[in-house]
Amino acid sequence: MNKTFISDSKGYYGQYGGAYIPEMLRENVESLRAVYYDIIESEEFKKEFSMLLTDYAGRPSPLFFAGRLSNKYGAKIYLKREDLNHTGSHKINNTIGQILLAKKMGKKRIIAETGAGQHGAATATVCALMGMECVVYMGELDMARQEPNVKRMEMLGASVVPATCGNKTLKDATNEALRDWICNPENTFYIIGSVVGPHPYPDLVTKFQSVISEELLSQLMAKEGTEDPDYIIACVGGGSNAAGIFYKYIDRKKVKLIGVEAAGKGVETDETAATITVGETGIIHGSKTLLMQNEDGQITEPYSISAGLDYPGVGPLHAWLAGTGRASYLNATDNEALDAAYELTRLEGIIPALESAHALAALGKLKLKPADIVVVNISGRGDKDMQAYANANR
Amino acid sequence: MNRINNLFKKKNGKILSVYFTAGYPDLDDTLTIIRELDRSGVDMVEIGMPFSDPVADGPVIQRSSEIALKNGMNINLLFNQLAKIREVTDMPLILMGYINPVFRYGMENFLEKCNETGIDGTIIPDLPPDVYMESYEPLYVKHDIINVFLVTPQSSVERIKYLDQISKGFIYVVSTAKTTGGINSFNQSHTDYFRKLDNLKLKSPRLVGFGISDRTTYNQVCEYSDGAIIGSAFIRSLEGTGSLPENINRFIQTIR
Repeated sequence: MNKTFISDSKGYYGQYGGAYIPEMLRENVESLRAVYYDIIESEEFKKEFSMLLTDYAGRPSPLFFAGRLSNKYGAKIYLKREDLNHTGSHKINNTIGQILLAKKMGKKRIIAETGAGQHGAATATVCALMGMECVVYMGELDMARQEPNVKRMEMLGASVVPATCGNKTLKDATNEALRDWICNPENTFYIIGSVVGPHPYPDLVTKFQSVISEELLSQLMAKEGTEDPDYIIACVGGGSNAAGIFYKYIDRKKVKLIGVEAAGKGVETDETAATITVGETGIIHGSKTLLMQNEDGQITEPYSISAGLDYPGVGPLHAWLAGTGRASYLNATDNEALDAAYELTRLEGIIPALESAHALAALGKLKLKPADIVVVNISGRGDKDMQAYANANR
Repeated sequence: MNRINNLFKKKNGKILSVYFTAGYPDLDDTLTIIRELDRSGVDMVEIGMPFSDPVADGPVIQRSSEIALKNGMNINLLFNQLAKIREVTDMPLILMGYINPVFRYGMENFLEKCNETGIDGTIIPDLPPDVYMESYEPLYVKHDIINVFLVTPQSSVERIKYLDQISKGFIYVVSTAKTTGGINSFNQSHTDYFRKLDNLKLKSPRLVGFGISDRTTYNQVCEYSDGAIIGSAFIRSLEGTGSLPENINRFIQTIR
């Protein structure tokens, strides 16, 4: 029932995935691929990973019954509180896992890309914990719109390097991180923040994030007498929090899996980041997946108010889940996300990250029945987004 | 015989191959650049198909690609520009670029069009050799196009031998663990690596690229290989004060 690895040995989910990397990255990626499975499946690793998730990150994250939100939407709505983790989002699950892997592989220097700064902060955090050098690439535009996270990373001892090409957002930061890795093949481990990139990253990150659905099984059993909700809803940029909360449920076909992408100003406009809705198959950052591109195969610039969802690709797992129909992918505009963030804040006293607000915005788009059990993944907290929320002035 | 194989068979001396980004500096410079490179004595030309996200490239080629795309370059237009190229030059011509625009164009269409136009080879860094072997080798053979593989300082001997074995043209030796244009001189560890490759006695000829910017670096790598590839330094030279042909000829004369 609980499949642990769902891609094949070359990292394909159906037609999506693989490792489309230049030869300059091959030894880096291949040396990781060769050892990752045995390391993360070893008892020693599992023990250390689990200890840090509990004692350092503060897991398990609570499953909270949101009573007033439930009344509003006429269903039983639970929130999986990833926002309560150390560093304020689900990203810490993955960075703990990857830094332990980096240590086992004898690497001394860590690089990462970040959009909203949540993954960058989570990486800088574990680097401080382990005493490792940390360089985070972040789009110049994102550095401006998520400034508190830049300050956090710097306080944690990381160097934050602006990506100044393209739209100066997450895609460009990822390009710069890949270039850094090409230039530093011997001592550097690249901690990718989402279920994107060449194999084995999508698999690796999914595995580390799967702790979310692992916990949900027993938490829901304790509260509702069943492991299976009717709906699981999560936002999708690259798709790591969604991959984590979907994972253990992929084979439980009666649980409806709903991913919510950022529509930006609307999927009918050019200012959107809803990759699954508007994208087509191609190669981005080493992975065959759906991506936003023009007729010439040039990757187009995405747009979303949410820096964490502002990415023109999506993890190959999600491209596959969308293609097979196992998961459905909706989208929410900037305004719908802002409304949903204010709604949760006023009804439950929880300020969600702008990313997570997109997941909440899907509640109004589903035909819910009173007996339906709905779990929404609150992937992060909204402190970093106070400027955008204040500007929205609801 | 494919012009690439012919060049390595007939040439007595070292080979100089030059990369430029199609559509840069101006959209319609493609033919002028190829013609002038031919006149100035270059042996082979790599025509860059610009891509929005060139992860293996340094700042110079990133910038030329960005400008070329802004100018309106795409694969279709490039093939149109090259339609009569075989009336202009007999040099081997290689198209170099990233895989997504080629996939989007359609691999079969692309190779058919290459053959029709008189293109001899491709260099697509993010098309992994195993994917090439599994899915595309027969198409390449059918259209008589040679795909060029890269080796790097991190490549194991086993990997190098594998790439040599599947290679039908030459091997592109990436000189250093950097993006393009990332260094401007070679040290002992570079020459040790070049010598190691030389001593492997591979069946395929080798051209060294990345970091060859002047006569010194050109001569250095030629000592251990069949020649060199220049990209970023050439593109920088196009910004010189002279006309495009003047800048090209002046630059090539500084190399050999």
